[in-house]
Amino acid sequence: MTAVVPTPAAEKPVEPPPKERRPRRNLTPWILLLPGLLWLVVFFLVPILTSVSASVQQGDYDDGFKLTWHWANYVDAVTKFGPQYLHSGLYSLLCTVLCLLLGYPVAYFIAFKGGRWKSLLMALVIVPSFTSFLIRTIAWKTILADNSPLVRLLGDLHVLKLTTALGWTVGDHVLASPAAVVCGMVYNFLPFTILPLYTSLEKIDPRLHEAGHDLYCNTFTTWRRITLPLSMPGVIGGTLLTFIPAVGDYINAQLLGNPNTGVVGQKIEDLFLRNTQGYPVGSAISVVMMVGTLVLVMSYIRKAGTEDLI
Amino acid sequence: MSTVTAPPAARTTAATPAPEPRRRSPLAWIREHTLLAVTIVVFVFMLLPNAVILWMSFNRPVGKYDYVWNEFSLDAWRHPCANSEMCHSIGLSLQVGVVATIVATLLGTMIAFAMVRYRFKARSGVNALLFLPMAAPEVVMGATLAALFFNTVGPGALGFWTITIAHVMFCVSYVVVTVKSRLAGMDPTLERAAQDLYASPAQTFRHVTLPLVAPGIAAAALLAFALSVDDYIITVFTAGNLETFPMYVWGSVQRAYPAQIDVIGSLMLLGTMTVIALSQLVGRARTARR
Amino acid sequence: MSSNDVLGRTEGGDLRLVGLTKRYGSFTAVDDLNLTVPQGSFFALLGASGCGKTTTLRMVSGLEEPTVGQIFLGDEDVTDRKPYRRPVNTVFQNYALFPHLDIYENVAFGLRRRGVRDVRKPVEEMLDLVELGHVAKRKPHQLSGGQQQRIALARALINQPQVLLLDEPLGALDLKLRRQMQIELKRIQLEVGLTFVHVTHDQEEAMTMADTIAVMNAGRIEQMGSPAQLYENPRTTFVANFLGQSNLIPGTVEGVTGGTATISAHGQRLTLDAARCPVSSGLVILGVRPEKVQIATCDAEVPSGHNKLTGGVVLDTSFIGVSTQYLVKLPSGEELSVFEQNTGRPIQRPGAEVTVFWDPGQGFGLEGGQDIEAGADVEEDAA
Repeated sequence: MTAVVPTPAAEKPVEPPPKERRPRRNLTPWILLLPGLLWLVVFFLVPILTSVSASVQQGDYDDGFKLTWHWANYVDAVTKFGPQYLHSGLYSLLCTVLCLLLGYPVAYFIAFKGGRWKSLLMALVIVPSFTSFLIRTIAWKTILADNSPLVRLLGDLHVLKLTTALGWTVGDHVLASPAAVVCGMVYNFLPFTILPLYTSLEKIDPRLHEAGHDLYCNTFTTWRRITLPLSMPGVIGGTLLTFIPAVGDYINAQLLGNPNTGVVGQKIEDLFLRNTQGYPVGSAISVVMMVGTLVLVMSYIRKAGTEDLI
Repeated sequence: MSTVTAPPAARTTAATPAPEPRRRSPLAWIREHTLLAVTIVVFVFMLLPNAVILWMSFNRPVGKYDYVWNEFSLDAWRHPCANSEMCHSIGLSLQVGVVATIVATLLGTMIAFAMVRYRFKARSGVNALLFLPMAAPEVVMGATLAALFFNTVGPGALGFWTITIAHVMFCVSYVVVTVKSRLAGMDPTLERAAQDLYASPAQTFRHVTLPLVAPGIAAAALLAFALSVDDYIITVFTAGNLETFPMYVWGSVQRAYPAQIDVIGSLMLLGTMTVIALSQLVGRARTARR
Repeated sequence: MSSNDVLGRTEGGDLRLVGLTKRYGSFTAVDDLNLTVPQGSFFALLGASGCGKTTTLRMVSGLEEPTVGQIFLGDEDVTDRKPYRRPVNTVFQNYALFPHLDIYENVAFGLRRRGVRDVRKPVEEMLDLVELGHVAKRKPHQLSGGQQQRIALARALINQPQVLLLDEPLGALDLKLRRQMQIELKRIQLEVGLTFVHVTHDQEEAMTMADTIAVMNAGRIEQMGSPAQLYENPRTTFVANFLGQSNLIPGTVEGVTGGTATISAHGQRLTLDAARCPVSSGLVILGVRPEKVQIATCDAEVPSGHNKLTGGVVLDTSFIGVSTQYLVKLPSGEELSVFEQNTGRPIQRPGAEVTVFWDPGQGFGLEGGQDIEAGADVEEDAA
C-alpha cells in the first residue's frame, strides 16, 4: 500500500491558487441557426405581420394601399363571409372526426395485427401521396361521376335520397356537393391522421393487453382503459395534423364542390388574386382565420393536457 | 370464448372420442373480423384513386376531359408530351424542387443540429418560429408572401426565384423535425467515444455523426422534394406568369384534362414503388451477404 | 508506436489529480479530490450512483471540464487538453460502438484518426487478445453483450493509452458473464501492464479486480486502500456498510491496557485491539463482520478471551448452502447478522436462545457518533 497515497494536503500551496474556470460562451448554435431563422423571419414572419397592418389599410392595386386604420375591413371580413366560415369550420371538423374514426382502426390493425406486413401496410398508407394530390383529388371526379358504379349503387340503395334530404348531396348527384367535398378532404388528410396514431400505438407493449385481459378486462374495456389512454398523444397529434391544414384547404371545395360549398380559402385567394381592392379585406380574413384556428387549437391542446406536444 | 368448455379429465384415456373442433359463435367471428373489414375498406378508399388514375391513363376520352371511361388506348402513354406545356411545367416543378430541396435541407439540418446539440436562450421562441409555418394555413402564407413580393420587388419579379424562396420557407420546418428526431435518437456517447479515440470535432462529424444522421437527412430531403413538387396553393401566389405542374393540373380542370396527366400520375406512383422495392431488395441482399 | 509523441506521452507517468472540483450550479459533484494513481496499477473508484465517480472519470478523459483543480499525467498538466489530444481512452458504460462501422473499423478507429498507416497488424493482434478475431467483419449489433464489451475494450486498448478508463464496463452484463469478464479484464491488465481506472458501484467487482480501491461518497474519497485493508479495517461506517456487511455496536471506551481496548456496550464488556481503535476514551462504534461471528447455545462453548454477547434470540434463519445466515436479536434490541460456515453444526431455529461470540482480533473500531446506517441501504442499481 505504499504505492498509492492520497496526495498530501500540504502539497497544495505549491500549486497555483485554484481558479474557477468559466465555461466559454458558444456562438456555434447561433451560426447554425441564423441562416434558416432569417429565412423564416423574412419570408414567413414579416409577411404575416405585414398582413396584420394591411388588414386595416385601404386602396387598390393601381393607386397603392394606405394605412388608414380602416377597421371596417374587419367588419366586412366577419360579416360578409358567414357561409364560408361556416363551411370551413364544419367541413374541417367533420373531416377530422371522420379521419379519426376511420384512421384509428387502421392504425390499430397495422400496429397490433400487422405482424411482418407492418412496414408494407404503412408503405401502402404513404405511397399514394407520391402522386400529385391534385391528380388524386380529380380522380374522385371519375369515382363520384353520375353514372359511376359507386354512385349507381348508392342510388339503388336509396342512400342518396337520405343524404339529399339532409342536404349533403344534390339530387342524384354526389359530385359537386358537400358530401363530395368532405369525402375528398377525408381522403387527402387520412394519412396525416394514421401516421401519428400508428407511431403512438406501435410503442404500446402488446403484453399490456394481456395484462388487461388478465385483470378482468374484455377486449373493449382493455382498449378503453389501456390502449386509448396510451395512444392519446397519437390521437391529439393526428387530429391536429388533420384539422389545421383542413381549415385552410380549399382545393377540395373548389374541385369537388359547387358554388354553395365555398370556403374561406377560396375567398382569400379571390380577394388577393382577382380583386384589385381585395388585399386589405383578404388580409383581415387571413388574420381572423389564423387567430380563430390558433384559439381553437390552443384550447384543444390545453383541454387534452399535453403542452409538450410541439 | 364462453362456448369453449374445459375438457373432462377422462379425455386422456384411449376410450374417449376424438376431441370436437372448437365451436365459436358467429357473433364472435364477426367481432373478430370487424377490425379487418374496416381496415380493408379504408385501404380500398385510400388506394382507389390511384387505381382510377392508372386505369384512366389508358382511356381515349370523349371530348376534352378524361373523367369518364370510353375505350382502351395507348395514345397517352405513347405521346406523354403531346402537350408541350405540361412537360414544360413538369420541368419547372423539378427544377424548383431540386433547388428548394438543397437549400431547405441545408438550412433545416443546421437548425436541427443547433437545437439538439446546443443549449441556448430563446429556445422556445425558435421552436415557435419553426412550428408556425407548419400550422399556418397555406393560403395565408401564400397570400401574405405574395403581398411582400408585390410591395418590394414588384409583380414583374415573380417567377422561378420567388417560387423557390417560398418553397424553401415551408419546407425548412419539416426538415428540422425529421433530422431532429434522428439526431435525438442518436446515442450521444458515440460522439464522445470518437473524441476519446483521437477524432477532432471535424473528424468526429465526418466519420461518426454524419454517417449516422445521413438516413435522417436523406428522408428530410425526400420529404422536402415531395412537398415542393406537390405544392399548389403557395405556388399559385408566387409564380407570376410561370406554371408549375400542379398549376397546370389545376388549370386543366378549367380548359381540358388530357389523359397524359393520368400517365404522369401513374408514373409518379410506379416510380416511387420501384424505388422502394429496389431499396428493399438491395437492403435484403446486403444483410444476406453477411 | 511512433505517433506516441504526438500525444505527448511520457514514459512512466502516474495519474495525479490535484484539488479537482466539479460544481454544477450550487451542486458539488466532486469536492477537492487529491489522488495519485501509480502507473501500471488497477485502480477502482467505488461508490453509489451520484457519488461523483463518473464525473471524476469524465474529467480525466477530458469530456468534462473541472471547475477547479488540475490533472497530471506524469509531469504534464493535461487539464486543458481536448479529449482527442489526451493519451487516455475510455471503455464506455454502454460500449458506444459505432453502429455504422464493422468491428474491424471500430477497433481501427483511434489508430486511423492519429494517422497510423498500417492498422492491419495491430487490429488483428488486438482482436486476438480479446479472442474475437472471427467477428472482424460483423457489425456491432450482431454481437452479444459480452462480445461488444470486449470489442469496446480492444478499441480503447489498441491506442496503448497511458491510462485506460472503464466506466461501469460490466454493468450491462448478466451475473455469470460479469464474473467471467472480471477475470478476463484482470488478465488483460496484467498482460498489457497499463494503468486501469475502473469506476463501479459493485463492491465485489472492485474487490475482485483492483489493487487499490477508493471509496467515494458525496464527491469525496471516504477511504482508500487495498481491498483487504478496506474490508478488514474500514475507517467509517459508510465504508464498513458499503463494502460487505457489518455489525456495528455503539459503545464507550472504558480504558486501554496493554494493547487492548476495553469497551462497554449495553452493559456487556467487549475488547478490541488498541491498534484498531481510533479513540482512547469516549464514544466508539465496535464493528465485526458477520462471517467472523459464531453462535453458541450455552456460555460454556465460548472459548476464553473471546468477545461474547449473551441473551440473543434467533429471529431468522436462512440456509444458503455454503453457509447459514442468522439474524440474532440482542436484549438491547439490536440485531446482529451471523454467517456460519456449513461445517455440519446443527442449525438453530428461529426462537432459539443463543450467545454470539467472536475473536477480539477480528473486530474493528470506528469513531463514535457516526450514522450507523450510512452506506447500508444504498441500492445496488445496475445502471
